[in-house]
Amino acid sequence: MSRGDSPSVETRRPDRAALIIAVVLAAIAGVIFWDVSRLTGLAGYSQVGPTTVPYAIACCLIGLAIWTAVEGFRGDFAEREPQQFGPVAWVVGGLAAQMLLLNTLGFSIATGILFAMTARGFGKRQLWLTIPFGIVASFVVWTIFAKVLQLSLPAGPLERLLF
Amino acid sequence: MGTLDFLLQGLLVAAQPMNLLYALIGVTLGTAVGVLPGIGPALTVALLLPVTYQLDPGGSLIMFAGIYYGGMYGGSTTSILLNTPGESSSIVTALEGNKMARAGRGGPALATAAIGSFVAGLIATMGLAFIAPYIVKLALVFGPREYFALMVLAFVTVSSAFGDSTLRGLTSLFVGLTLACIGIDQLTGQARLSFGVPDLLDGIEVTTLAVAMFAIGETLYIAAQGDKGPDKVEAVRGSVWMSASDWARSWKAWLRGTFIGFPIGAMPAGGAEIGTFLSYATEKRLSKHPEEFGNGAIEGVAGPEAANNASAAGTLVPLLTLGLPTSATAAIMLAGFQQYGLQPGPLLFATNPQLVWGLIASLLIANFMLLVLNLPLVGLWVKLLTIPKPWLYAGILLFATLGTIGANPSVFELGMLLAFGLLGYIMRVFGYPIAPVVVGLILGPLAEQQLRRALSISQGDVTVLFTSPIAAVLLAIAALAFIVPLILRARGRGEVLAQLAASED
Repeated sequence: MSRGDSPSVETRRPDRAALIIAVVLAAIAGVIFWDVSRLTGLAGYSQVGPTTVPYAIACCLIGLAIWTAVEGFRGDFAEREPQQFGPVAWVVGGLAAQMLLLNTLGFSIATGILFAMTARGFGKRQLWLTIPFGIVASFVVWTIFAKVLQLSLPAGPLERLLF
Repeated sequence: MGTLDFLLQGLLVAAQPMNLLYALIGVTLGTAVGVLPGIGPALTVALLLPVTYQLDPGGSLIMFAGIYYGGMYGGSTTSILLNTPGESSSIVTALEGNKMARAGRGGPALATAAIGSFVAGLIATMGLAFIAPYIVKLALVFGPREYFALMVLAFVTVSSAFGDSTLRGLTSLFVGLTLACIGIDQLTGQARLSFGVPDLLDGIEVTTLAVAMFAIGETLYIAAQGDKGPDKVEAVRGSVWMSASDWARSWKAWLRGTFIGFPIGAMPAGGAEIGTFLSYATEKRLSKHPEEFGNGAIEGVAGPEAANNASAAGTLVPLLTLGLPTSATAAIMLAGFQQYGLQPGPLLFATNPQLVWGLIASLLIANFMLLVLNLPLVGLWVKLLTIPKPWLYAGILLFATLGTIGANPSVFELGMLLAFGLLGYIMRVFGYPIAPVVVGLILGPLAEQQLRRALSISQGDVTVLFTSPIAAVLLAIAALAFIVPLILRARGRGEVLAQLAASED
């Protein structure tokens, strides 16, 4: 994702990011063609079946890919601001940690870690303070939603200890 | 029975103590979340959807209506006291409102926004109640091809008519339409684009996508901007009450804003922004104090804020009568209906009038509650603005993931949330609009169903789509809405359209 540093608009050089986006769009279209080709033979007498609309969408995506590539070569694709990837990595890491820990450690601990890592991404560095705070906050939320509003949120050791 | 009888019955439903409580909880939560910077009405509704999971459909939709209106009110408070151009439907409010707040007139600015929203909400909700039955009658003559044409029109207006690039709007729309194909085909029961993954057979949840794109995408985007220091919150100095001259200058602007905003919201014409910009331009032209515009003119807050709320109520017209969401917020509300197996549209008015009219009536009640809640309690909401960014965004992600976990506590669902969050972030970086993805995902399957029905009836003859006069007119308007902006942009007149961009709502 290090596309933020690609050439600026004034230079009118081909925009690498736009070309990558064009390739991705074409690839999605390819995946649709490949997947939907398995479903043939069910169109029935009206020649309209489950494959019709996906084919149409895939054709439009190829058109959009070509259009994006043309704009990319002309260099008049969108301008963008420089991005800092450190904070993004912290937040993404937090979401990934919550996803992986949720079913073993339960909602409160997993979400507490997400909470602390997000706060870290926004500049709160004291993880030894933010993690316990996040766990307590998540536990309060868990109590409200799982016990009062009857939402099924996965319980872990902490929740089982107290309820 | 006439509209008034239905509305009175609806009021009886909405005035039941439990429903009043749901409405109160809805408006309070909606205001509290809507006030938070960076959270617009669409995200407010998506974040708070899980709160309503355990209620019965009636109570849930009533709470939902409160959340929707509350989110709108909260958003205007944010834009007046905190200059946050990120919040699209109140950009114009921020223009004049923030200037007023800096000049120490934050109180009257908040008051005219709240009262203007109230007046507009009241008139527009009555408009909704009186227009809806006629559109329902009209909709009964609609066949599959007319519905398909209507949806094509909605696709074009949401994606490409406004915003700074036709290409990027359409790309967003087709990303949404591709995601909509995932899962079991409604008509033949075949799995499409699910690659043998059982979790994908049910398709992609609209709420997962919306929360990921709006909450996680926005959080990542803000994080990537680095630390730019805290935003300056303007304190509310002086009285929140408006002076006689404030009233005199505001009331016409409220009414004009309402009559500009409502029709624009009611047509399948995209977000609430267009109405706010038109209202701002109108007030600027008609004002006796044009020199004040840009320095905090009260008309410039009153008119657009009324237009904003009126078009929000207006978007409920196509949503309730035709089942057609024309904004991201409406798309998420449609998902709220669908979780109870309810499909808004003409049939719902016939089969479940209590629910529909209870909902419309509770909008009126929510509007009254919000006026009471907002004017005296504004100091409380202002406190929410001062939450430091790390806690704010950590909290937003806590609740964003809570909703997804509550609906489906699986690693796969959270993985999708993360993946779509990254997609939303990348789209933001490159200036792709988000709303068309959400609208494409929810409207795609409906449009496909209507198209296939129409073509099955005609035995595959495509010309049938253009031979009905209503469908032909709708498709012609859609073509115009596609071609005219392309020409305008090619001639370098695109700035006007870029300003009208509907980035969130």
